[in-house]
Amino acid sequence: MTFDEIAKTLQEKFEGLVPTTDRAGDPFLTVPAAKIVEILTFCRDDGLMAFDCLSNLTGVDAPPDDIETVYHLFSYPKRHSVTLKVRVPKASPQVPTVEGVYPTANWQEREAYDLIGTVFTGHSDLRRIMLPDDWVGHPLRKDYKEQEDYHGMATTRPSLLNS
Amino acid sequence: MENFANYLHDNFLWGAPLWVVQVIVQFGFALLLLMVFVSPFAGILSFIERRIAGRMQDRIGPNRVGPQGLLQFLADGIKSLLKEDLIPKSADKPLFIIAPYLVFLGMFTTFVALPFASKLIVADLNVGILYVFATSSLTVVGLVMAGWGSGSKWSMLGGMRAAAQVISYEIPAGLAALTVLLPAGSLSMQKIIASQGAHPWQWFIFSTPFTLVAFFILFTSLVAEGNRAPFDLPEAESELVSGYNTEYSGMRFVFFFFAEWANLYVMAAILTTLFLGGWQIPQSLSVASASAASWLPQVLQLIFFQLKCLAIIFLVIQLRWTLPRIRMDQLMTLCWKYMVPIGFFCVIGTAAWMMIFPQGAPKMAYLLTALAGVTVIYYFYRVVWQIKVSHAQIELNPFV
Amino acid sequence: MLLNMGPQHPSTHGVIRFVVKTDGEVMSEAMPDVGYLHRSIEKIGEICDYNGFMPYTDRADYLSAMNANQGYAMVVEKLLGLEVPRRAEFLRVIAAEFNRIISHLLSVGALAMDVGAATPFIHALKEREKVNDLMEALCGQRLTYNYVRIGGVSYDMPPNCSERCLDFLDRFEPQWDEFERLVSANKIFIERLSKVGTISREDAIAYNLVGPNLRASGVDYDLRRDIPYSIYPELDFNVIVGRGEQGEVGDSFDRYIVRVREIRESIKILRQCFSRIPEGDILAKMPKVLKPPVGEAYVRTESSRGDMGYYLISDGSAKAFRLRIRTGSFTGMAIIQKISQGMMIADLVTLIASLDVVAPEIDR
Repeated sequence: MTFDEIAKTLQEKFEGLVPTTDRAGDPFLTVPAAKIVEILTFCRDDGLMAFDCLSNLTGVDAPPDDIETVYHLFSYPKRHSVTLKVRVPKASPQVPTVEGVYPTANWQEREAYDLIGTVFTGHSDLRRIMLPDDWVGHPLRKDYKEQEDYHGMATTRPSLLNS
Repeated sequence: MENFANYLHDNFLWGAPLWVVQVIVQFGFALLLLMVFVSPFAGILSFIERRIAGRMQDRIGPNRVGPQGLLQFLADGIKSLLKEDLIPKSADKPLFIIAPYLVFLGMFTTFVALPFASKLIVADLNVGILYVFATSSLTVVGLVMAGWGSGSKWSMLGGMRAAAQVISYEIPAGLAALTVLLPAGSLSMQKIIASQGAHPWQWFIFSTPFTLVAFFILFTSLVAEGNRAPFDLPEAESELVSGYNTEYSGMRFVFFFFAEWANLYVMAAILTTLFLGGWQIPQSLSVASASAASWLPQVLQLIFFQLKCLAIIFLVIQLRWTLPRIRMDQLMTLCWKYMVPIGFFCVIGTAAWMMIFPQGAPKMAYLLTALAGVTVIYYFYRVVWQIKVSHAQIELNPFV
Repeated sequence: MLLNMGPQHPSTHGVIRFVVKTDGEVMSEAMPDVGYLHRSIEKIGEICDYNGFMPYTDRADYLSAMNANQGYAMVVEKLLGLEVPRRAEFLRVIAAEFNRIISHLLSVGALAMDVGAATPFIHALKEREKVNDLMEALCGQRLTYNYVRIGGVSYDMPPNCSERCLDFLDRFEPQWDEFERLVSANKIFIERLSKVGTISREDAIAYNLVGPNLRASGVDYDLRRDIPYSIYPELDFNVIVGRGEQGEVGDSFDRYIVRVREIRESIKILRQCFSRIPEGDILAKMPKVLKPPVGEAYVRTESSRGDMGYYLISDGSAKAFRLRIRTGSFTGMAIIQKISQGMMIADLVTLIASLDVVAPEIDR
């Protein structure tokens, strides 16, 4: 199925979905955060779409004040894919977890939480995965400033170049 | 050796009682054995193993230190002596320190009963083979002490595994040895060898099909007892980071490895004594050399014994570098579900054979020898065929 | 008992830590703890300009660096709408398939070594050295190649490269037969690997395993054939799917044998490429400063460890807005916690080695 057909099928079932097809590269579908679990369950269980694999789950720091969570779905039987996006405000970035729908989301959401700061409500084990547990801040945000020191070790060194 | 003790007592030390002189002489011989034979041999064996491993892996192996790299073990030993002696803080100090010595002791005390030639044996005990098996079990105590005393969970796991493995494999080893003791009629090492002959069909391995099977059972059990691959799970490098060896450094570590290589030799010696005819040389050769010099037959016997031991050692080294490790539960299954029943079967079979053929059955011996010969020839043929098929460039010179 | 299979361990492939809850030999759980090799490559992708980021993609998975390079080049080319010259496509595929061969060589050799046999590892590395020499002749590097450029490749083949490569392939095939005879047919090896760490087909898809791991669990899917890119539609090769020959479908032996046979398929592909490669340019005409239009793209390539996805969001400037590398090893680690219940510690080592996880891919 092409992107238009998939978008049409989803828009018939759910409301509040906004497709974006006018940019270069892949088109995507923006989805309200509260309905993401339903939508993904439908995508996985529907016979025509059959998206049995969550290929990628990542967080993006979208300007000016939002955080996006991007879901790339892929279907092994039908060999088609679709991109879904969820936008939440940066002040309180809460997205329901899709761990129950796709078990692989467990680790991917932990990484998104670690690096971008999205809090996935209902996640079984939401803690940092890449960075140490007591790190402060979420590095992939655009306004991230690294902490000055970590356990007494300085995080920057004087540059060796301009001397 | 009694003659030597008597000679000393009569001519130099008549002040001391005879038994003191005998004890001192035996002690001296044992020390001589350790210094002159066991230590350099274990070291050279480590070098040989590394060269063979290198050849098998299409590389050379150590060849820098000394002529052809022969002094490599000395370099390694000196390096280990100079290393820092670490004792972990949570280690149990007395156990930690004693463990390597116990392992070494368990291995070395067996050397006094090994028959190198008809007159070259430090102590010809009339329970020789039983003594060898009993003292080599001391290593278990050492391994468990090393595992526990290191104070690390990985080491403890390794020690437990080692203990389970060594203790379990004593049983098939004993059963297989029993298969040979029935025809020999004695536990003494020299008597066992004396009841074999020099030619392959007179060895115990080919005398009945049961002893042939028992040879392989004993071979496997001894490899397992020596913690050699494919049974080297307790010191598995990729899983337990060297198991009970992990926390040891410097000379203590070298002791474990030294014991392992010397154990290789004891393994080969036991197999040679029990199954391959020990130091027996053909009668004609023995008579001819005796007329040349009185000590020449002994030297020839020693050479034959060593050659047989070296053949077995070569085989064990090849096994180590070819086969993967067996997992612990598979190891235990192999021992208790397969080897022990087969061992029992061999013992009963040999006893039945001895009842049926009281004078032995030379035809069976010839047949088995012929089969073995055919197998060896086929093995070499396959090796040559394989080289031709894969167009490999092989270097026949081992001292390249 | 809580055991720590710590960051430094001879058999975890790279710096990964496992917290193992065990009771003697049998584990109740093994929790992976990753992040020791996190170098924030994704953040660097927002700082570097497009051309300058290429060496970083090598380090994302150093064992199949060509594929990583190619994925990044493809995602930028998709946004730019750039057409890569045919000779460059052939060179990319040649480099990628050589890379697949040596990555699988190392993976299979390391698996054999973790199981206990030390010799196959040395044999595999010996072959790897020869390919490293070929790669050095091609692009000057032995491990992190930085060979692919956006729009093509950086260097053309040296003068008698074809002959040398084909000569290597001719010598390599009988060696590989010998390796198989030494390792795959070995009873102890089969006992150690079969029925260990079986991952069912549903689990493999649900936990997003990719590449040889997925194919070993019975899913007949290969990006090169099913969503083809580059010149793969013109090449003829088989896709190896695990069939449970020794034990069950999806056990460690299947994962091992899929890799062994994929090496042979790569040899087939290479021979076809060398016989068909055309003359031509190796780099498309491009502006000096790349500024892709506003948009995003998600491109997947079949690297040695499964499909490696590159997700690029561009905001029209010379630097990427967000670059995400999605690797097969990261999702592969998640399944270890589930499967390891009830396994023995020795089997955990086999499982990790057969999943072919590489630490830089997990942590990026």
